[in-house]
Amino acid sequence: MSVQHRPLSETEMTRREALRLGLCGAAGLLLPDPQSFAPVGQVGCQTAGSAKAKAVIQIWLWGGPCHLDTFDPKPEVGADYTGPLDKAIETNVSGIRIGELLPELAKQADKYALIRSMTHGSNAHETAAYIVQTGRKPGDGQVYPGAGAVVSLFRGYEAGYKGLIPPYIVLTELQGRFSESGFLGSRARPFATGGDPGAARFVVEGISAAGISEQRQRDRRDLLHRLNTLERAHPKDPALQALAHCEEQAYDLILGDSGKVFDLTQEKDDLRARYGRNTFGQSCLLARRLIERGVVFITINYKGWDTHKQHFQIMRRKLPELDRGLASLLQDLSERGLLDSTLVWVSGEFGRTPRVQWEAPWNGGRGHYGAVFSSLVAGGGFRGGQVVGASDARGEEVKERPVHPSDLIRSIYTLAGISPEAALPHPQGLKVQVGPPTPEGVRTGGILSEIM
Amino acid sequence: MTSSDLCSSDCAAPDEVPFSPYESREELAPRGRIEALVLQRLKSLGIQPARLCSDEVFLRRVYLDVIGTLPSSREARQFLQERSPDRRAKLIDRLLEREEFAEYRALKWCDLLRVKSEFPINLWPNAVQAYHRWIRDSIRSNVPYTRFVRELLTSSGSNFRVPPVNFYRAVQNRQPQTIARAVALTFMGCRAEKWSAERLNGMAAFFSQIGFKSTGEWKEEIVFFDPQKAHSGAKPLTAVFPDGKPVRLSPGRDPREVFADWLTAPGNPWLARCIANRIWYWLLGRGIVHEPDDIRPDNPPSNPELLAYLEREVIAARYDLKQIFRLILNSGVYQLSSVARSSHPQAAAQFARYPLRRLDAEVLIDALNQITGATEEYSSPIPEPFTFIPPEKRSISLADGSITSAFLEMFGRPPRDTGMESERNNQPTAAQRLHLLNSSHIQRKIERGPYLTGQTRSSRNPQAAIEELYLTILSRFPTPEERKITAEYLRTGAAGRDSALDIAWALINSAEFLYRH
Repeated sequence: MSVQHRPLSETEMTRREALRLGLCGAAGLLLPDPQSFAPVGQVGCQTAGSAKAKAVIQIWLWGGPCHLDTFDPKPEVGADYTGPLDKAIETNVSGIRIGELLPELAKQADKYALIRSMTHGSNAHETAAYIVQTGRKPGDGQVYPGAGAVVSLFRGYEAGYKGLIPPYIVLTELQGRFSESGFLGSRARPFATGGDPGAARFVVEGISAAGISEQRQRDRRDLLHRLNTLERAHPKDPALQALAHCEEQAYDLILGDSGKVFDLTQEKDDLRARYGRNTFGQSCLLARRLIERGVVFITINYKGWDTHKQHFQIMRRKLPELDRGLASLLQDLSERGLLDSTLVWVSGEFGRTPRVQWEAPWNGGRGHYGAVFSSLVAGGGFRGGQVVGASDARGEEVKERPVHPSDLIRSIYTLAGISPEAALPHPQGLKVQVGPPTPEGVRTGGILSEIM
Repeated sequence: MTSSDLCSSDCAAPDEVPFSPYESREELAPRGRIEALVLQRLKSLGIQPARLCSDEVFLRRVYLDVIGTLPSSREARQFLQERSPDRRAKLIDRLLEREEFAEYRALKWCDLLRVKSEFPINLWPNAVQAYHRWIRDSIRSNVPYTRFVRELLTSSGSNFRVPPVNFYRAVQNRQPQTIARAVALTFMGCRAEKWSAERLNGMAAFFSQIGFKSTGEWKEEIVFFDPQKAHSGAKPLTAVFPDGKPVRLSPGRDPREVFADWLTAPGNPWLARCIANRIWYWLLGRGIVHEPDDIRPDNPPSNPELLAYLEREVIAARYDLKQIFRLILNSGVYQLSSVARSSHPQAAAQFARYPLRRLDAEVLIDALNQITGATEEYSSPIPEPFTFIPPEKRSISLADGSITSAFLEMFGRPPRDTGMESERNNQPTAAQRLHLLNSSHIQRKIERGPYLTGQTRSSRNPQAAIEELYLTILSRFPTPEERKITAEYLRTGAAGRDSALDIAWALINSAEFLYRH
């Protein structure tokens, strides 16, 4: 299945090619960092051509959703555990049941696999977020890059990505708890859009400016170029040439057509409604549009899952949002023939305590829980209609086939055509493999070959 | 060091500006040791150095390098009208006494000492505040560098009450080897991971008896000398100094003190060399040994005599680092123009000109706020308890590397994970360019900040307004050509009143503003 690239005009291509051959080596001028790292060109050759996943959409359920209320329901275990959400519903795959507030996702179960035995044992947000997204155990003196930074490094400019839109996009805010790019530094940093895709007018910080006409944009750019006394005194200075290249790229986004990918009004109203007219739903729709332009890695940081209090009230509000947005995304990608080449990965940093905390001050909340939790994966080479592993009857321990985040991350890299044995460029030249090893003393079932 | 006699461009007719607003007529001369040692190298390699910089360039450069702050238009006007021959030296002296000197240096030290609340350093906010304050106050009172280092290495007590103990907490784990690596990197400029295991372990022994215990107070931790540790084998511990000399540690004495005695002894070459090289790097953008924290036999200094000279000066000054700043800042080498006159491949390593460097993230946002009168609001939802920073606080004085800021992230603020100088990334990116050219964040500052709108609205004399914009943003008067271009834009611009704001926008987006030059 091929990704539908918007055709580029011939001049645009030529200039992009020229940029690729230019000063910084790659067209990755968003991320040139020639001083701190080995030449980036050394990375590209290590991606296998046979990648099943050409792109990844990561839906980050920020704060940690409860596995019992979502993808690992336990209706039989009683109200101390289920709270009022005591029903599970059948899906379109016989034998797979999910939480009662996810009816749309129930119709798409043939497209995804549920991993019900995720485990890392950490109950602290920042540590758990790091483990889930890097697959690494913290504390060995290195800060590893997350999966988004790794995949977009190998499959972005290095693999011939030519889009003007950066290859790694975050909708809409960075996580803040840890640096997505780790030791890869700024060249692997994502572009965060800011703004709200669910708002009447979605303003991507930097790409669209309210109240400045196109004529004024052009006028003031001309003015800027005429007031270039420093540049004229420093002809051919590499620092200023790098700045000029960055500016050129920026103006391609401001004045050119590429920025239109963020214009959701180009989509039909009924489709927008199907995704849900809210920030998450419209982010999912935008993710599909970005996939169509060849963007490599998109993270949707979906906030609000850290429900220590009022857990069930919040679930009644949030789960229908998740349900519509994610189900529509899977269906839409599938209908457009994009799901086979797009890996969708849905997870929080951990689950939540299976037993409801009815006591004060929680009064019906759930705490952090890293012993077992669920993740959903779809497309990009993962087989749908599957369940991997199981938790015990109360969702408190892994019962079968433990999956450590390192297993899942290695699986994602493999499907993205990145050999786990490939070398990750390191600023101090340390030899580091892309694939996170299974931490010592952790019992796991290894890479997810049963669904790949 | 006397400076150029070039008249500031407000009184210079076009034919009186021989080169550019950035250069003076003067050539680098061997007035002092630094100039002589650099010139010697340049001559032998056939590299022509840049001319000395103009007063305008010196003014802006020395403000940015010494206090991380742009001169105000008033300060710029005053200096550019000053005629005394030692005006540059006097300005250097004034700046070294400014509060911002301590703030800006503290920022850089907090990078190296990894001062942040969050993962993976996890100092926690109270300790971060205490530690930052201690670092800033030490710099402000100009304590000798040896004392600063000794306090960091040997203190014991609570992380809230005895701030330098946080040195041992700001590491990713507390193994003696990890601590030894941090000490070697910070104070010796060495990457001990490249050493033999034997050498590293020999040094690690000095840090094998550090105890950590928590108290009843939330996140308080006591760092102390724990003689019980590492004496399980009952035989006295032997440690080895990085120069290969072994020492038997007596059970009653904190081995950290033994190490600190060695490191801060007057004859110790590592401490003086590392700090001399770092200060040179901070001011000239490139170490004599480069990278400045990768000192090793197979990475030799580009000018060994120069480094040796500075090393001796550090010792002669009894580790009063302000004297070293003053020495370098007053040298003709620091005051070279950035306009290159040689494309020799060795030119940069031999300091043939001042290199162009993008402003640090924190300095840039502070400058934008100073120009526009806008403020930045920082708050961090993590870690709890939530942190709110008063809006008038400047970004160079932020204590915590974990404070959430998309702008600082985008412009290469170091993550403070490793303590390496190269963590700070001042390379330009298209995302940065988008942000400065076209984001609501910056446009709001330009349109709604009180200063620019005040200047552009109130002035009946557009020429005076343009002059003020140039002094505010570029710290110089406009050239005749710039006066012409801007006057024309004001006259013909369709943007009306906004035309003046467009000029401010253009100056803010110019390479001249974005770069130290």
